[in-house]
Amino acid sequence: MSATRPLCFQDLILRLHQFWSEKGCAILQPYDTELGAGTLSPHTTLRALGPKPWAAAYVQPCRRPSDGRYGENPNRLQHYYQYQVLLKPTPEDSQQLLLDSYRAIGIDPELHDIRFVEDDWENPTIGAWGLGWEVWCDGMEVSQFTYFQQVGGIPTVMPSTELTYGLERLAMYVQGVENVYDLDFNGRGLTYGDVFLRAEQDYSRHNFELADTQMLLTHFNDAERESIRLSEAGVAQPAYDQCLKASHLFNLLDARGVISVSERASYIGRVRALAKAACDAWLAGEEETSHG
Amino acid sequence: MAELFIELFSEEIPSGMQARAANDLGSLLTKALDGLNPRDLRIFFGARRIAAVLSVDAEIPARSVSERGPREGAPEKALEGFTRKHGVTPGDLTLENGFWVLNKSLDPVSAESRVAEAVPELLWKFPWPKSMRWGEGSNFTWVRPLRRIACMLDGHVVPFALARDGDDAHGLKASNLSEGHRFLAPGAFEILSGQQWKDELETRSVIVDMDSRRDMVRTGVARLADQHGITVVQDDGLVDEVCGLVEYPVPLLGKIDAAFMDLPAEVMQVSMRINQRYFALRNPDGSAAPYFAFIGNLPFKDGGKLTTAGNERVLRARFADARHFWDLDRKTKLADRVPALAAVTFHAKLGTQAERAERISKLAGTVAQAMGLDGAQIAQAERAGLLAKADLTTGMVGEFPELQGVMGGYYAAHDGEDEAVSRAVAEHYLPRGQSDETAKAPVSVAVALADRLDLLAGFFAIGELPSGSGDPYALRRAALGIIRTIRDNGLRLDLTELFTQAENGRTGGELAKLPDFIAERLRVQLRSEGERHDVLAAILTRGLDGDLVRLLARTSALSEMIQTEDGRNLLAAAKRAANILRIEDKKDGPHTGAPNPALYTQDEERALAAGLDQAVPAIETALKEERFTDAMQAIAALRPTLDRFFEAVTVNAPEPEVRANRLRLLSRFRETTALIADFGQIEG
Repeated sequence: MSATRPLCFQDLILRLHQFWSEKGCAILQPYDTELGAGTLSPHTTLRALGPKPWAAAYVQPCRRPSDGRYGENPNRLQHYYQYQVLLKPTPEDSQQLLLDSYRAIGIDPELHDIRFVEDDWENPTIGAWGLGWEVWCDGMEVSQFTYFQQVGGIPTVMPSTELTYGLERLAMYVQGVENVYDLDFNGRGLTYGDVFLRAEQDYSRHNFELADTQMLLTHFNDAERESIRLSEAGVAQPAYDQCLKASHLFNLLDARGVISVSERASYIGRVRALAKAACDAWLAGEEETSHG
Repeated sequence: MAELFIELFSEEIPSGMQARAANDLGSLLTKALDGLNPRDLRIFFGARRIAAVLSVDAEIPARSVSERGPREGAPEKALEGFTRKHGVTPGDLTLENGFWVLNKSLDPVSAESRVAEAVPELLWKFPWPKSMRWGEGSNFTWVRPLRRIACMLDGHVVPFALARDGDDAHGLKASNLSEGHRFLAPGAFEILSGQQWKDELETRSVIVDMDSRRDMVRTGVARLADQHGITVVQDDGLVDEVCGLVEYPVPLLGKIDAAFMDLPAEVMQVSMRINQRYFALRNPDGSAAPYFAFIGNLPFKDGGKLTTAGNERVLRARFADARHFWDLDRKTKLADRVPALAAVTFHAKLGTQAERAERISKLAGTVAQAMGLDGAQIAQAERAGLLAKADLTTGMVGEFPELQGVMGGYYAAHDGEDEAVSRAVAEHYLPRGQSDETAKAPVSVAVALADRLDLLAGFFAIGELPSGSGDPYALRRAALGIIRTIRDNGLRLDLTELFTQAENGRTGGELAKLPDFIAERLRVQLRSEGERHDVLAAILTRGLDGDLVRLLARTSALSEMIQTEDGRNLLAAAKRAANILRIEDKKDGPHTGAPNPALYTQDEERALAAGLDQAVPAIETALKEERFTDAMQAIAALRPTLDRFFEAVTVNAPEPEVRANRLRLLSRFRETTALIADFGQIEG
């Protein structure tokens, strides 16, 4: 790291935007529904399918209801940010691009120990898997690097490179901060805690204590029905939106502790079926437009 | 002779796959280049490459081969097919021994063209456990993207491309280029020879020889530890794993925050090993030292100051997590966790962990009683059995399953359980593997045995037996655990009776096969110790003696006996008697019943009869009193009498009643040997 003041949280994002913009990525804005991971955004999931090239980068807020800790854990949040890059087809210099992006945010690979550690990535809820690495910086996982091999149960005809940065972790590292709530957010005195602590406390109560499980169940079933209907109608992204809603509702039900171990697998299977149908619908539309 | 050099340079290969892949490369090359007499193979592997260097002949020499075709007079079609396949005409064939034969002379093949043909074929089919596609749609897969292929014979590129059938295979072609360290020496360099490649890599900060990397890690970590008067916890698996993660290993030492030093040493070690690949260190007194060692991937510009600080920070976060579980878990007593085991399925057909805990508890009491423990110890065994699995519901074991048992032990001690109870909870998983110790404390032994007895009885009752290759419930390991625990502790138990207890009223399934399963494991174990398995088989013919200590004492006494000269001869005599009886019994047998002394015609017969009369009670008494060596001696002592009998007596005497009597005498001898063992099973 240089002797200058480390990057604040928002500058870190701006630097990454700048970097990936210069590398030819479309800089997109966060997707407007609750997602458990940046991968789930249709900008990644749907675009990874089919034969058309794609390059995009975006910040995605992620929600993992059961990771809520009432704002008391310095490392765990039920809402956090991922920086997500999808490059299709996989560039020859995918690894170098990632390393260059680290340099851009002040991590010098000759001072820090950067490692590519085997990781077979898998997301059963959307029937996706790929091979790649956890990327470690001084023993900490700062990114996930995946070459997508399958999405929605469908093999990727043109594999893509997916890079995911855990922004809070990366910022904590760059700033040398041990508690996420102490992160310098804007370089002018505002901390991450100023922005998010109250929300973490309230959402933790919501996720674990208050959310109406009966209502969540009803919404899950509605979303499932709607997703199936929309996939059949061939409108892929609206169908996929409903799949995402079902996935988030399932996560909330899980956090509320109303899903037994044996039911879990069945819920995941139901969401996967929705994802697969939406992916099929997307591909069918892609083929029409490329042949039509 | 030429030096063949091949390097496959890729993005980072999973550490655990590198050695196997390099071995595969070596053996596949050796096989594919058979005609070139491949030799002096050396293989190399590391984070981003596998490579092989070997010697091959300059060419496959000219040679002739003959291919046998259809039989003379075979249908026209068959002959046509044969000539078409080989691109010849019927005039090229000769008739030999009733067959059409094609004698072909093959031109010499240069090493270059053979390698250029064989290597692409081999790479397309390379057996990675898991491989991937990348780029714009080529179907050439590799473990991670393959970036360069270097392939050279005596310093010259062997020209080939991987492309085939319209698939460009990412445009990969053989070249003479390699790359050094990712950060310290980016970019390609030219290879001249295997040796120059290795040396050049070293100047470019890549230690490509695995043994050298291991040395750098071991000696480096040891030196750092030494500076602080501490020692590293040996972990060969971890050394190998980190050596597959780095191209230039640089050992560094970090400090553990004093605030975490009260965590159990096992917790710190597992968290460091599993999450971080760090080495644990110990003080001279064996306690955990406040340091960890880790292996960087390059000599850092600042001597590793920044990366050490970073690694220390990561470990603080890890230990903060562990501390969270440690503190939270101890708020609930282990005993209060037992009901929660009702929500943990052990196996769909075998119920929950709560039911299993009940069974283990009861069985541990039974075993303790059979071991002759006192009332207090029996109660401790039952208590420990009940608590043994309760740590499965703790946060720490949820995070680190490999700490099961160990954590239970800590939590039980924290709850104020008896020392023997907490110790048994911790130790009941022993032995965890072949090289692990068995439990020694009596209560621990009782629970360790009960755990495994229940496991075996349960799965045999529902017919879930290990198959040739698969043993998903580790039943073989459980059986071996029972055998080792009994042997190490010299326990006089009746396993047959304990299995009946473990069956717990269950019947059917494959329970009847359980004794044979134990016997088979015992046989495998003895064989691995270099014991003669045929001797054990000779004893086991009579069925498994549930007292393994007695069974093994008897086996080793027999083993010793047949190594003496008397023993060997006795064995030969026993086999001879058995042979004669087998043949004669077929004619008019069986020849059983007591021989009639009035029908003896020779002194040698009387002597044998008298010898047997003396030996039988002596053997029976000795066996009963478990003086197995005495029993063996009693039978071996018959040897001179037997020798004289076979020298002087013709068993198949012309007089039918004399013959029958002699056969009855031999039969009596066979019955006597059967008291000891089934000699027919013994080889030699």
